Amino acid sequence: MANKISDETIEYVGILAKLELSGEEKANAKADMEKMLDYIDTLNELDTEGIEPMSHVFPVNNVFREDAASCIDGSEDTLANAPLKKENCFKVPKTIG
Amino acid sequence: MAKQYETVIGLEVHVELATKTKIFCSCSTEFGGAPNTHTCPVCTGMPGSLPVLNKQVVEYAVAIGLATDCEITRVCKFDRKNYFYPDNPQNYQISQLYLPIARNGYVEIEVGDTKKRVRIHEMHMEEDAGKLIHDEWDDTSLVDYNRSGVPLVEIVSEPDMRSADEVIAYLEKLRMIIQYLGASDCKLQEGSMRADVNLSVREAGTKEFGTRTEMKNLNSFKAIARAVEGERERQIELLEAGKAVVQETRRWDDNKEFSYAMRSKEDAQDYRYFPEPDLVPIIIEDEWIEKIRSRQPELQTEKLKRYRKEFDIPEYDAKIITGSKSMADIFEAAAAICGKPKKVSNWLMVETLRLLKDHNMEPEEISFAPENLAKLVDLTEAGIINNSVAKEVFEKIFLENIDPRVYVEEHGLKTVNDEGALEEVLKKVIADNPQAVEDYRGGKEKALGALVGQTMKAMRGKANPGMVNQKLREMI
Amino acid sequence: MDIKSLTAVELGKKIRAKEISVAEAVKASLDQIERVEKDVHSFVSVDREGALKRAARVQEQIDDGRLTGPLAGVPAAIKDNICTKDMLTTCGSRMLENFKPTFTAEAVRNLEKAGAVVIGKTNMDEFAMGSTTETSYYGVTRNPWNLKHVPGGSSGGSCAAVAAEECPFALGSDTGGSIRQPSSFCGVVGIKPTYGTVSRYGLIAYGSSLDQIGPIAKDVTDCAAILEVIASHDPKDSTSIDRRSYVHAPVGKTCSGGKGEVCPAGYDFTGALTDDVAGMRIGIPKDYFGKGLDAEVREKILEAVRTLEERGAVVEEFDLRLVQYAIPAYYVIASAEASSNLSRFDGVKYGYRTEDYEGLHNMYKKTRSEGFGAEVKRRIMLGSFVLSSGYYDAYYLKALRTKALIKQEFDRAFGKYDVIIAPASPTTAPELGKSLSDPLKMYLGDIYTISVNLAGLPGISIPVGTDSKGLPVGMQIIGNCFEEKKIIRAAYTLEKTRSYERPGMINNLSERKEPAGSRTEKGDGFMKGGRA
Repeated sequence: MANKISDETIEYVGILAKLELSGEEKANAKADMEKMLDYIDTLNELDTEGIEPMSHVFPVNNVFREDAASCIDGSEDTLANAPLKKENCFKVPKTIG
Repeated sequence: MAKQYETVIGLEVHVELATKTKIFCSCSTEFGGAPNTHTCPVCTGMPGSLPVLNKQVVEYAVAIGLATDCEITRVCKFDRKNYFYPDNPQNYQISQLYLPIARNGYVEIEVGDTKKRVRIHEMHMEEDAGKLIHDEWDDTSLVDYNRSGVPLVEIVSEPDMRSADEVIAYLEKLRMIIQYLGASDCKLQEGSMRADVNLSVREAGTKEFGTRTEMKNLNSFKAIARAVEGERERQIELLEAGKAVVQETRRWDDNKEFSYAMRSKEDAQDYRYFPEPDLVPIIIEDEWIEKIRSRQPELQTEKLKRYRKEFDIPEYDAKIITGSKSMADIFEAAAAICGKPKKVSNWLMVETLRLLKDHNMEPEEISFAPENLAKLVDLTEAGIINNSVAKEVFEKIFLENIDPRVYVEEHGLKTVNDEGALEEVLKKVIADNPQAVEDYRGGKEKALGALVGQTMKAMRGKANPGMVNQKLREMI
Repeated sequence: MDIKSLTAVELGKKIRAKEISVAEAVKASLDQIERVEKDVHSFVSVDREGALKRAARVQEQIDDGRLTGPLAGVPAAIKDNICTKDMLTTCGSRMLENFKPTFTAEAVRNLEKAGAVVIGKTNMDEFAMGSTTETSYYGVTRNPWNLKHVPGGSSGGSCAAVAAEECPFALGSDTGGSIRQPSSFCGVVGIKPTYGTVSRYGLIAYGSSLDQIGPIAKDVTDCAAILEVIASHDPKDSTSIDRRSYVHAPVGKTCSGGKGEVCPAGYDFTGALTDDVAGMRIGIPKDYFGKGLDAEVREKILEAVRTLEERGAVVEEFDLRLVQYAIPAYYVIASAEASSNLSRFDGVKYGYRTEDYEGLHNMYKKTRSEGFGAEVKRRIMLGSFVLSSGYYDAYYLKALRTKALIKQEFDRAFGKYDVIIAPASPTTAPELGKSLSDPLKMYLGDIYTISVNLAGLPGISIPVGTDSKGLPVGMQIIGNCFEEKKIIRAAYTLEKTRSYERPGMINNLSERKEPAGSRTEKGDGFMKGGRA
């Protein structure tokens, strides 16, 4: 079945992904996504009943760190690439208005 | 008759765990510190960095799960919760949705004489966010990632509470359990314990739940109680006016005692959870659970029983003292040093509670060393200072954690045991109070008390009351 | 002596024998870069001064006997999505135009500890999303075999740099074929190791559950030696596997020493450099050689298979089912993970931030829309959609279930065969500008490589000749997980029957005169490509 992606959906996904698409980009995104989803839908031919979803290929479990502090002052490195900073903090547009 | 409404409340309680390091990196969790000093590539979401789970976080979470009668999830995993916000450096939070560490527990609360169970739906582990500081001068916000990656557990209750009193009782009970475990200090002011309140109202007698709202930004028990009342009234007013309650997240402003909706068009609240590919599953075998269980410290109910048996202190006192881990710790330490548990208990039950109340403090904020209380008990018992001086000295201990021996010495507060000096004063008191002397001689025991009082006053409290009593009797 | 034509291991030997100094080795690479870079454009940045400084340090350590390994003093190029402290790491994106990491990736640290000298960062498809290296913000890389053709991708810069002899070896990363496919297009050897073998710490993530770093070099010996250096159990990467102790059940059967005990895979790879495939069972998946595979590519690969058969391997065709489901499953999983992994690029902590904005969300949107290119945006949109409310089960979980089935298919196949042989790509390198217009068609080109990532398997691509256009054909040998040694042995045996072919351009350039003044370049030590 052919997938149809509405303008609202593209708008909505844009909000989730924090991407602002131009009119043309939106039209392309719709067409691309419809095509990809049609292709992805071929997975439905496959009977996966009772198959456990596999997120990790190997059965490696319980990888831990001990609770031992080893931190030195990280502020210089942390802020080294900041586009805007002030008083050792990252500066962003006001978050509460 | 006006309609009767029932309030239905569920809580999401966030507790910062008392680990030394963050959940996924070895940065310190210490509170405070200059901005971004407790950071590294992992907790600031640097490209290429990867998380590694702190084992102690799992152990604390399991301990809390066990202490709240939860089922521990034997295969548990982390998931990513995706949302954009500057305090969240990766723009996803590593949390648990599909297989949280614990489920289906409960705690028992007591409001008035009624006991009730508040069920715990689930508890999960996650990372805390950084801090946003709002810069009024240039209309921007500043981001500090020192708190980013501090381990949290979120404890989600069932909607089992019906009043602000029950909410407070539940929170106090949770806090006590967690403090006993040593899993968190649960300080609301510092944000190491925070609660979001899910509240709906329904007409009394109806089965279905009403539409609920979620309230955030609650940082004291009082604010929570006020927010519960405020939101209840707001929802009832809406319903009475024939309007619908909107399911939304609201922010409580405790100064204005009003909540407002937080949601904007840009917050779709669609978190796109999926299994965290950078972390592997956690398998919790029986053996591990038993190990954690065996390390579990004595919890309040056990402590209460032991105190009654071991120290023979009244049930009410034992309840109050064990009601706070800090208080119980001070009690046990001081009692062990001076060997007089009943005396220590008295100091906690009377003077400590009074001072806490006077200074609007929580028992967790007590800062004096148990040694100093023990020394005070010894000083009093040995008759070196009398009770009224002791009270004065205790206040100093409570407020400034002074060493009572040094303090008494330096301020010359020792009881005067010099018979000659006492006799001089007594002679004067007897001469000045002929009526009282007459009354005593006439058989009025009480009259003696007035004379003792006069004597103590004249000696500025430093006399030994027993000695005064005895001497007076001799001299009259 | 033509230093640049040596393999890494050969060069290392000569350096240790004091026949060549580290500085000479590094300068040979820098000179070749100078010579061919304007045509090939393999690099995003070259750290001339830094490399020469490191060369001097490494030389001292070789001289006083502290560095004795095969890569001591050997120049290396690193794909630009692998973090290098204080050196630009752009991921081929405008988003990270000015980003200098504050730490070095574990794989690169391992290289540096072994004495390799990092000379620069190679071009790539933006955030490793692409198969042509045309989606880079820093311009296209051209195939040294024919400058009108793409080098493949996403590790196109690394493969082109090795083929053009700008460096003896490079590191790439492989999420869906990004080492194997460009290696085949450029006529070099590349290994995608078993998932968890090389630490991902410092690899800027695309699809975390699929990404692996691997070596790219002129021959199998180099790749085995490099893999031995970069592979390690890294406590900083929770998905890194300790091969010294980890025992993967199917591997156990081959353990020598008897008593039926299973033995771990370990970190020895060069031990497999033996010219011997006698009795090796090779499976040829019929589906991989049918419709869609270029006839010349098929012919070259089957010819190589026959060679192995002549050397004693037992070859058998078989049905590897579910082949057609690997691509859709991959694009769901990789896009979903990418949408989340790339959300950290928001203009707050590092990288690009838009100039003008009104408020926080507008800043996010403008920064990301301007900072990311079309292919990256396409995958972020798809990934966000498949994870969004109401679609998670239908798409993401379905894809994870498909992945489980594909893994089962491979487990079944490796019950019968030691290795599986497949093409690395359906065609040889396409011409520049012919691929990006139809993304779906481009994705289909990954058909032979993608399932290997889904199942976490190791795969190697080795050259098996050229087509009628003179472009290299690569063959892929796939092993069971942790069985790198088998694919190395098969590849080494095949390689012994052939000689290494250099791109014609290199031969032509070698005939040209050395350009004058190539060592007098000034500047700040960074040579950065401009935008195409």
